[in-house]
Amino acid sequence: MDYIQPYLMLSSILFSMGIYAVITRKNAVAILMGIELILNSANINFITFNRFGNFATLDGHVFTIFVIVLAAAEAAVALAIIINLFKNIGTVDVDKAQEMKG
Amino acid sequence: MPIPDLGILLFLGIFMLISASALMVVTSPNLVHSAVSLLFTLFGVAAIYIYLYADFIAATQVVIYVGGILVLIIFGVMLTNKIDNATIDSKTHNKIPGLIFCSLLLIIQFYIIFNTKWHINENPIKDSTIKDIGNLLLTKYLLPFEVVSVLLLAALIGAAMLSRKKVQS
Repeated sequence: MDYIQPYLMLSSILFSMGIYAVITRKNAVAILMGIELILNSANINFITFNRFGNFATLDGHVFTIFVIVLAAAEAAVALAIIINLFKNIGTVDVDKAQEMKG
Repeated sequence: MPIPDLGILLFLGIFMLISASALMVVTSPNLVHSAVSLLFTLFGVAAIYIYLYADFIAATQVVIYVGGILVLIIFGVMLTNKIDNATIDSKTHNKIPGLIFCSLLLIIQFYIIFNTKWHINENPIKDSTIKDIGNLLLTKYLLPFEVVSVLLLAALIGAAMLSRKKVQS
């Protein structure tokens, strides 16, 4: 597979679906899954351009490792917040978390 | 009719698998089905990394995403639903505007992908990327590497702090 377009197509499909999940879902865990899809599409782009671009070193791979580490930290903190939300208001519907609304 | 290359056929299969399972993640009303579909999406992305000669990243994807983050997400799905409510469902809203916006986004991206003249550079293919990644991490990217390790430690301690029971003092 020496063409760049299929990889970029796959990445844009994953990105659009992640944005769709973030827009339409009401459950906070489902929104988190959409964000994971978006991060994966960014990783595919990093690796693709590192493979086909004019780079002698593997900087794209190192960036992908950093993105994966940040995704792990983000998932842990987000799930702690979601579990606290469930303890406090009894649901994870993001529309119900409106105590600070004026 | 010539027989197409096996690698291209396999790539098409992986492409279809990732697209279909990502669609399931996004649209399935049952959250457990979404989480299981996310498993197939992440495995497919690992296979794409192998196509791009990124062996270490593919292994990292399987170990961290499938072994760590997906398990955390399934914990989240299970812990944030009442036991008496047997159907783990999830409501959606803004379906039509979201569909229009995302289709527009996809069309614009495809337009750019197919109308750009990409410069393709044939790099020599290395046997293994692990040695080069290790060298880069400990020379050029030493400071970000240390910063991100401290950040990961702080985030995990903070998450454990946030989700423990409050002690009555």
